[in-house]
Amino acid sequence: MKHHSVAAAALTLLFATATAAAGPGSLSAYSASGKSGQALPVIKETLVAPPDVPAAIHRDYPARVVVQLETKEVVKKIASGLNYDFWTFNGTVPGPLIRVREGDTVELHLRNDPSSHMTHNIDLHAVMGPGGGAAATMTPPGQESVFAFKAMRAGIYVYHCATPPVPMHIANGMYGMILVEPPQGLPPVAHEYYVMQGDFYTTTGYKYTGYTTGAHPTPLLAFDLQKMLKEQPTYVLFNGQEGSLIGDHALHAKVGDTVRLFVGDGGPNLTSSFHIIGQIFDDVQVEGGTLVNHNVQTTLIPPGGAVTVELKTLVPGTFLLVDHAITRAFMKGALGQLVVSGEPQPELYHKVSSGPAPADKAGAF
Amino acid sequence: MGRIAFAMLLALLGSPAYAVARYVKLPAGTFISALAAPNGGPQRVHVAAFWMRVEPATNGEFLAFVRAHPRWQRGRVLPLFAGPHYLAAWRGPLTLGREVRADGPVTQVSWFAARAFCAGEGARLPTWDEWEYAAAADATRRDARRDPARNAAILAAIQASTGSYPGAIGRHRADVYGVRDLNRLLWEWTDDYAAMFPSADSRNPGTGPSLALCGGSALAFFDRTQYALIMRVAALAALRPSEAAPRVGFRCVRNDGE
Repeated sequence: MKHHSVAAAALTLLFATATAAAGPGSLSAYSASGKSGQALPVIKETLVAPPDVPAAIHRDYPARVVVQLETKEVVKKIASGLNYDFWTFNGTVPGPLIRVREGDTVELHLRNDPSSHMTHNIDLHAVMGPGGGAAATMTPPGQESVFAFKAMRAGIYVYHCATPPVPMHIANGMYGMILVEPPQGLPPVAHEYYVMQGDFYTTTGYKYTGYTTGAHPTPLLAFDLQKMLKEQPTYVLFNGQEGSLIGDHALHAKVGDTVRLFVGDGGPNLTSSFHIIGQIFDDVQVEGGTLVNHNVQTTLIPPGGAVTVELKTLVPGTFLLVDHAITRAFMKGALGQLVVSGEPQPELYHKVSSGPAPADKAGAF
Repeated sequence: MGRIAFAMLLALLGSPAYAVARYVKLPAGTFISALAAPNGGPQRVHVAAFWMRVEPATNGEFLAFVRAHPRWQRGRVLPLFAGPHYLAAWRGPLTLGREVRADGPVTQVSWFAARAFCAGEGARLPTWDEWEYAAAADATRRDARRDPARNAAILAAIQASTGSYPGAIGRHRADVYGVRDLNRLLWEWTDDYAAMFPSADSRNPGTGPSLALCGGSALAFFDRTQYALIMRVAALAALRPSEAAPRVGFRCVRNDGE
C-alpha cells in the first residue's frame, strides 16, 4: 500500500493516456485501476532472449505488468549450414520468458509483424480464461491485440500460439514460458537459465544438405506435414537450434553454485526425459506445480508442460543436457552443455587409472 | 450480357489498359467440405454452376475501380468500410508506386471494398462453398484434395513465399476449369466468411467450437489434414470486414446465366 506513491499513480495515469491514444482495441478503460478501483503501479516488462531470464522480482506488492510480444516469421539457422522458416514470439525459439509475481495483472500486447503470412494468437497456461488468452488475441498481420489477466497461481507455465493449424504453429517454434513467482519470491541462486525442447519436422532428414532454394544461399528446410502427423521428427532441439547451448553458447556455472533451470517442452508431440549427464537434480518442481521432488536423475516434461530444476554444481567439467530418450540427443540434436569452472574436487570425483586390463591378475582380489 | 455491358462501361471510362476480366464456367457439383458440419461430421455441399474469375483482381484493376469510384479511394473511403491498412502499400490514393505491380494481385482491401469492386463488374464475391469447391481442383482433377503430394506442394509454396508482397499471378498451371492461383498466392475474401466460421470472439463462450481456441479449432474441421485451407480459414476468421491485410485479396464470381 505504502508503495503506491504519487509517482506510481502518475505513471499509471500517463500510461492510461498513452494507451487511450493508441485507439480502439486498447485496454485504456481498464488500465488505471483494477476491479477494486485501486490503482496498480504499471511496470513495463523487460524481456531478454533465451537462455537468459529476466531479473528476479523484489516487489512485495502487485503491479500491472505490461508485456509486449511480437509474432514474427523468421528464416534462421536450425542446424549448422541449414535454415528453417521459424514462426516465433519476438524472433526467438522459444519466445522470451515472461516473469511476473502472483497477484500481478498482466497486460499482454500481442503484435503481429506486418510481413507475417499467418494470423497468430497466444494461449498462456498461466491464464484462467477462454483459450488462455487465445480467444482475445487472434491477430492478423500488421495488427495488435491486447488483453489482461490476473496471474493467480505461482508456477512455471508454457505459452504458445493457438491459431489453426495449431500443431504447425507450434512445430514451427511458437512457444515460450511465463514464470509466476510466489508472493515471497524465489530464493536467490547463482544462475538462472531458460531452456525449451521442441520437435521439428523437416522434409529432408537430420543434417541433410542436399538441396538449396534460390532465395536462400543456405539450404532452407521445409516443414513436413506427414512427418508431423506420424510424430516422427527430424530434429529434437533445445531452444530451437542445434548447438544453441553448445560451445560459445553453453550455460555456465562455478563449482559450488546453485543453478536454477526453467525447462519446458513446446512439443508439439514429444515428451522430454530431461537429464543432465553427470548431475543429479537436487530439487524438481514437479510439472511446474508446488510438489518438490529431490535427488532426481531424469524428469519428465510433457509437451505444454514445464519444470523448475535446481542443482548444485559440485564438480568442474562439462555436463550435457539431454533428452534421455537418447536417440534424440545423439541423432536429432537434443544436446546442450553446462560448463562448470573451478578447482577439481578429487574427494567428490577423480579418475584413478586406466590402461591395459589387468587380466593376468585375475583372482588377485 | 453482363460482360458485354461491363466491357462497354470500361470503354466509356477510358481504361483501355485493363481488358475485361476473364471468367470461366464451373459446372454444378457436390463435394465434401473440409469444414465440419455442426455435429462434427462431414458436410456434403452442392454448388450450382457459376462463373469464376480466372485470376484474382489486380492492383491495376483496382486502381481503375477507385478512379471510377472515388468514394473507395484511400483517404476518402468511410472508415466503417475500410480501416487504416486499406491499400496501405500503394504510394498514393491513385498511385501504385514502384513496388506495387499493376499486374500483381491487389491486397490490403477490405471485404466491403472487394464486394464493391465485384459489384462494379456485374459480379459478386464467391461463397465459401464455391471457393472451396473450385480450389479442390488441380490441373488434371476436379477434386485433388486426397493427394498428399498436392497438399504438400501447396503448403510449401505458401511457406516459401516470404516477404512483404504476394507473388506474381500465373506462375502455376491453370486448374481443370482454367482458374489460376486459387491456393498458393493469397487468402481470398469470400462473401459469407464472417457467418461461416466459428467466432474468434470470446463474447459468446460455449456457443460452439471457436477457431481461436486451441482445441476448438480441431472441432471446426472435418478434414484436418488440409493445412493450407485451415490457415486460410484462420486468416479470414481473424479479420473484421473493414480490415485489410497484406496477403488478403479476392476474385469475383457470377451466377450462371447472367
